Amino acid sequence: MPERQKILLVDDDQDLLDLYQQILAQMPSQPEIITAGNGARAVTLLEAEPFAMLICDLRMPRMDGLQVLAIVRRKYPQLRTVVLTSVLDEEFRSRAYAIGVDLFWLKPANERDVRLFIECLESLLNREAQTGFRGLQNKSLVDIIQLECLSQNSLVLRITNGPLTGKIWIQNGEVIDATAEDLAGEIAFKGILTWKTGSFESLPADPEHPRAIQKSYNALLLETVQAIDESHGATEGAEFHGQFESAESLPLTMLTRLDGAEFALVAEADAAGHSDSRGLENPERTTAWARQTLQRFTALADRLHAGQLQQVDCLGAQRHASLARHGDTILCMGWHNDLSAEEIRERTRKALIQWAS
Amino acid sequence: MGFLSFKSKSAASLLRLPAGCFTVDSGGKIVASTLPQSFPAPLVQEIAAHILATFRDAAGAQLPLTEVIVRFASLKITAREMHGGAIIFLAPQTLAANQN
Repeated sequence: MPERQKILLVDDDQDLLDLYQQILAQMPSQPEIITAGNGARAVTLLEAEPFAMLICDLRMPRMDGLQVLAIVRRKYPQLRTVVLTSVLDEEFRSRAYAIGVDLFWLKPANERDVRLFIECLESLLNREAQTGFRGLQNKSLVDIIQLECLSQNSLVLRITNGPLTGKIWIQNGEVIDATAEDLAGEIAFKGILTWKTGSFESLPADPEHPRAIQKSYNALLLETVQAIDESHGATEGAEFHGQFESAESLPLTMLTRLDGAEFALVAEADAAGHSDSRGLENPERTTAWARQTLQRFTALADRLHAGQLQQVDCLGAQRHASLARHGDTILCMGWHNDLSAEEIRERTRKALIQWAS
Repeated sequence: MGFLSFKSKSAASLLRLPAGCFTVDSGGKIVASTLPQSFPAPLVQEIAAHILATFRDAAGAQLPLTEVIVRFASLKITAREMHGGAIIFLAPQTLAANQN
């Protein structure tokens, strides 16, 4: 018999806790419901045993719901989190989602609300992390291209990964060209294949499109997959700088080719960690500044409960710079000073996604 | 279902993110502010200190800056350098605003 999943319910009102317990007892999966009367108690319980879901009120004395959720999101990223509140305020809804909660729900007021709430919780509880391209779960882009080429198809694949868009031209079962942002040909093809998720659509063939890639699709896929494997092997290894060493396939070099980019720097967030850059004359000082600045504003985000730090955009008379973080890695991009704040924001966002891919 | 008429709680309140601006001199002293008084002064001071340090350290890294925009998921801080001090704008971001 499968183990029952546990839900932790947090509210400072005992009557409401009792009521919610009755409501959640109607869930088809019959999860075990544990209650906590305040945020501190909830954090203690989470440390003691694994839970599948946390349902938390917002307005509580001493440690409010946003504080609890900020701690929980950081310490237990896999935990499903739900806000159940009577606070009808767009600001708090936005902040809760900014912290990363899965669901923000106003306390149910009638039977229909209760039913919908239970359905949503049940669905959330059973949700599995999914990878692959939308429409073909668990199929990588390599699989999709192979399938088209083996079938001797002619089409144009348009692939979207967040703000990034790429196109791959396939003619009579051969890959003849690709574009991704400012890149074209083989390097664009390799860049697109590093994307782990996204969506794609098939466009009509474009027989007039000139052939820019001469290699057979087999050779092209083999080379690309090998390069990705090597890159992943380096990332998973202990040597952080290993991932920068084979220049040709490297994302860092590709970042400096983005339109308007002056330099690119990546570093481990830890002050003693490794770093690498392209186009910088004094990388050590810039790295130290980037680390300090991101550390500073990440701490401020926690103090203000303003959600995750997304980006720091800096405008200067000589050049602009943007800072962003992906896990334990920081990215600092330098941009031409003729770009606007919005332009550097958007380009840095794309650069981060490209780097993260 | 009468039992679903939830009572509302008034005891605890949630801290709102402020909208407004303030100026800080090069020594970190808050000179003027339009922020609501309900927003704690130590937090204003903390924001100012981080912003001034960012300008100062950037200059030290040979990257002199005139403006810094810090984007949190639900707050945007825009700071413009002013003779060693700064004018700092705070603007809460909602989901709707982020989509625009």
